[in-house]
Amino acid sequence: MIETKKPKLELLPAALVEQIVDESMTLLERHGVMVENAEALGLLAGAGADVDLGSERVRIGRKLVQDCLATTPAAVTLYDRKGSRAFTVGGDEVHFDPGSAAVTLLDHVTQTERKATTSDVVDMYKLVETLEHIHFQSTALIASDVPGAVADAFRLYLGLLLSEKPFVTGTFRVEGFGPMKDLLAAVRGGEGALRAKPLAIFDACPSPPLKWSNLTTQSLIDAARAGIPSELISMGMTGATSMSTIAGTLVQHVAENLSGLVICQLAGRGAPVIFGGSPSSFDMRKGTTPMGAMETMMIDAGYAQIGKSLKLPTHAYMALSDAKVNDPQAGFETALGAVIGALAGVNVISGPGMLDFESCQSLEKLVIDDGICAMVYRLLDGIAQRDDPIALGTFEGFAPGMSFLTHPHTRQWYRKEHIPAGLVDRDPYEAWVTAGRTSIVDKAHADVARRLGRYAAPQLDEAVRKELDRIMGDYGRASGAGDWKPPVL
Amino acid sequence: MTKNEIFPKMTEAIVAGDRKAARELAEEAVSAGLDLPEVIEKGYVPGIQKVGELWEQGEYFLPELISSAEAMKAAMAVLEPELNRKGVGARMAGKIVIGTVEGDIHDIGKNLVASMLQAGGFEVFDLGADVKLERFIETAEAVGAGMICLSALLTTTMVNQRRLIALLRDKGLRDKYKVLVGGAPASRKWAEEIGADGYAENAVAAVKLAKSLAGHS
Repeated sequence: MIETKKPKLELLPAALVEQIVDESMTLLERHGVMVENAEALGLLAGAGADVDLGSERVRIGRKLVQDCLATTPAAVTLYDRKGSRAFTVGGDEVHFDPGSAAVTLLDHVTQTERKATTSDVVDMYKLVETLEHIHFQSTALIASDVPGAVADAFRLYLGLLLSEKPFVTGTFRVEGFGPMKDLLAAVRGGEGALRAKPLAIFDACPSPPLKWSNLTTQSLIDAARAGIPSELISMGMTGATSMSTIAGTLVQHVAENLSGLVICQLAGRGAPVIFGGSPSSFDMRKGTTPMGAMETMMIDAGYAQIGKSLKLPTHAYMALSDAKVNDPQAGFETALGAVIGALAGVNVISGPGMLDFESCQSLEKLVIDDGICAMVYRLLDGIAQRDDPIALGTFEGFAPGMSFLTHPHTRQWYRKEHIPAGLVDRDPYEAWVTAGRTSIVDKAHADVARRLGRYAAPQLDEAVRKELDRIMGDYGRASGAGDWKPPVL
Repeated sequence: MTKNEIFPKMTEAIVAGDRKAARELAEEAVSAGLDLPEVIEKGYVPGIQKVGELWEQGEYFLPELISSAEAMKAAMAVLEPELNRKGVGARMAGKIVIGTVEGDIHDIGKNLVASMLQAGGFEVFDLGADVKLERFIETAEAVGAGMICLSALLTTTMVNQRRLIALLRDKGLRDKYKVLVGGAPASRKWAEEIGADGYAENAVAAVKLAKSLAGHS
């Protein structure tokens, strides 16, 4: 049998990858990066970087970057809440998670965006728990009825109660990291166990161009020390906060991510780091940041290829749309991103469910997008040789008038070769009319209700549950969140 | 250079977004003793008008728009002190206080509107982002502005546009100022709902609106 070819997209010639990496290292060496965090500046100075404490500018030598690259793991293995199912984030493995962190939810009935509440967040987690092709949860919605001071930890707390999937999350405040780590450790039964089996990825975004804020830098340091993977989310906007050329934006992207990686490694050698991002083409008419632009996806595929050349796990914000409702634009932008991201071998693709420039989530879109992800996984499986000879054996004894429909070979293979349609319409026209001309969005809405009705909370040890409640309650009190208490689920 | 030679060059410098040329031509006009209000009116303003047209035709995009506004600023930086020295007000269009409302740190769009208003002949007091509502009013009172422009990019902060109007009402100052709102979540409907005097969807439209509200065409 001939080995199946894994389909793969590489946009950059090797020489261009090399030059982009080379220029990004020179940029860090000559121009440097701003780091607004005293602890990180201390670590960098201690490692021989040229630190100007006054301006908080750090020039990082190429040797230090290379040393740090050498100690960064090429893959991260996340485990589900039970600790039994492992997900490799590395190589060309692809995992989808809902785009985060939306502030609004698209209300299906009114077709308008509205602020999300805790009950929406609950529905979202439950729904994602049922979606087979979205491997990770993300803290994808921000509830407006939760005080800002506890919002970061609370969304993780809720998620850990309701879902077994690994999480992609992040802090909103420096103080948020401690309780969030404690929540994760409580599930695992200690910090050592959490280090051995990471349950969540923490996103940390530099501020383009070439700056790490205090909050995100602290997140990098804290996560590295706890053995929690940091996802570096560089996000230049072409022509606004990065060069208008895609290649120029890639140089900055790589430099920002490498400086974040250095901070992680200096805080904890061998700390898991994911080479990610949320860059975008900048719309020169509207001043907006379209995630569904082809150029955005090209930047994503480009840096993912570079991340792989540096032997790092990768991430991107793809498979999402800038449309405001679940219209054709929502579908094609999401599908294009999912296909391009997956073919580029992006390990963590954050996007499903998301609309309106990363600001809105839609439950209906999530189930539609789960179908897109299913198609993408099918594509990634490639075209396999199942028989040898491929067809000649099956055609032996094949007589005129015979059909493959009843052939044993069909029964043997069709389920492996073809995936079911899901919500996609494949009715003949008359059947579609008779069934009420239902759109995929209406079918998705019904599917959301069906899935939420079927959802059963995965079992959680009572002692763990109590510990999660305690951590959340303590954080609420310590943060001065007033009379707010975690709702009883 | 005569007026007939220099004016088209000024216009061209603005249309091209050429800061250096715009500034040098202004210096030349000053040293030649030209009538400066006429220089602005016939040399530079036609340039920014042309830029507005090119934007509306879809010919110009944000980089061109901002570069032209910057070129206008560079010229005015030379002309204004001279006009002030001679006791002639350069900013005929009026005074505007602008900022992004409190709780909101987005300022790309607001900066653009501020630049274009300035280029359009307004004297602009840009308070930046995350601006306390009281500060808008205090500044407007202090400088004698006629208009307050409020930007918000988040649905969570746009309510502060409504709050500012209420605050003006409470202070008995509502009729003293025209209040304009803008930003991604704002809309004409929103402006009507909260009792603002106007909404503009982009920087060029904002200048037009401000001019019409200020009584200029």
